[in-house]
Amino acid sequence: MKRTLILAVPFLFAAPAVQADAALAALVDKAIAASFPAGEGQDLSRLVQDDTLKTCSQMRNNPTEKQAAAILEREAKNMKHPEGGKLLGDWKKGEKLFAAGFGMRIGAIEPDKADKQKGGNGGNCYACHAADPKEVAAGTVGPSLTGYGKLRGGGDDIVKYTYEKIYNAQAFTACSNMPRIGHNGILKPEQIADVTAYLISPESPVNK
Amino acid sequence: MRCMIPGLAICLSLAAPAALAEASVAEYRAALADKDANPGSLIIEKGEMLFKTKRGAKAETLEKCDFGLGAGKLKGAAAQMPRYFKDTDRVQDVESRLVSCMVRLQGFDEAEIKKKLYADQRFNEDNTPLEAMAAYVYAQSDGMALNPPKKHPKEKEAVKLGEALFWHRYGPMDFSCATCHAEDGKRVRLQALVNHYNKKDIQATVSTWPTYRVSHGAMRNMQHRMWDCHWQMRLPDIDYGSPAAVAIIAFQADQARGVKFDLPGMKR
Repeated sequence: MKRTLILAVPFLFAAPAVQADAALAALVDKAIAASFPAGEGQDLSRLVQDDTLKTCSQMRNNPTEKQAAAILEREAKNMKHPEGGKLLGDWKKGEKLFAAGFGMRIGAIEPDKADKQKGGNGGNCYACHAADPKEVAAGTVGPSLTGYGKLRGGGDDIVKYTYEKIYNAQAFTACSNMPRIGHNGILKPEQIADVTAYLISPESPVNK
Repeated sequence: MRCMIPGLAICLSLAAPAALAEASVAEYRAALADKDANPGSLIIEKGEMLFKTKRGAKAETLEKCDFGLGAGKLKGAAAQMPRYFKDTDRVQDVESRLVSCMVRLQGFDEAEIKKKLYADQRFNEDNTPLEAMAAYVYAQSDGMALNPPKKHPKEKEAVKLGEALFWHRYGPMDFSCATCHAEDGKRVRLQALVNHYNKKDIQATVSTWPTYRVSHGAMRNMQHRMWDCHWQMRLPDIDYGSPAAVAIIAFQADQARGVKFDLPGMKR
């Protein structure tokens, strides 16, 4: 977040603000409609953008202040907590979800096999984030989460922020690169509570 | 990052695990750069043979296929694609142009071709004729500078559309191409990601496709790469040679303009 702010300042001078281009957006929609044929194993409903993604696409993740405020407001309304309201789950389950990358691939060429998907979707968090310092094969698209709980503690506000950030990153940073893991149904609320525990629990390898 | 000087050997033991992984990945890449050891050369030869074989309902070869420089002129043709073709009234890359020629010259059925576009690496399959022939056509531009025309309105439009598609976020992961490919030095797991706005980065990528993918045991082309990325984005299968796929490739080529092809590539 801090880095984004630092980077954003010189950009104000270096480049003109991105303008939403309705004609270009219409061209994009037309091209997409012509490029994903219907058929067995295809789910064309996945091509439909909601208002948040429309803004982020047209503004190339650089929304105006007004657009950003609208996104934050809309996405905050989409927040859901697990039944019972327990935001801190089982860190050991969270550890598995953090590493697992399985699920939701579709199409006719190489869809994920349902029989391999008994445990449901993974969070695939290591694709982008470091966490356990022993895991070297961690991506760098997102910030490192190593020592997450150690640095921040485990207060109620941190737990709530962490859970909600994973559930819907766009409620905190408009046009964040991070998938809306809960909102989009990648992980269930209870599973997000498990991942939250993996990041925060003092017993978790993330904080060792 | 390797510590070649004995006196500095200690730096390896001090390096963070991530830096160590980076060093071994760099070594792996260096080993892959050995062109003489590239199995892709054999697939290019197979592609040439298939290209010059009478096939399809019309029992014709593809030797009269026009890749933009005239019928049968392959030398340097791929380096000037994607480009607009009057006969199909669309911008095409090598991969989609091949399909047009197979349909028009040889009498293949497009839907039939699209039933089996790619070798399935899970079953150690050999490359399909289409993959092998695309590799062959690209190889005829090896060493030549990439410079696709940007004169026709549809050529200009394709580049602009491709860039807009590059930023288009959709699917359950909320991803666009830009999520991973618009910043320097990023990785997914250990896989380094090319920044399309870094000229050196995108040139190194575009000049080495088609590429032999060691993890697939097969030659892959940029249409396959488009399919693979969209599949990873949890979208439906993007159609081979479709307007969206070709437009993104036109944007890539425009960003990489001027680079000399270095084929066949070899990658993870």
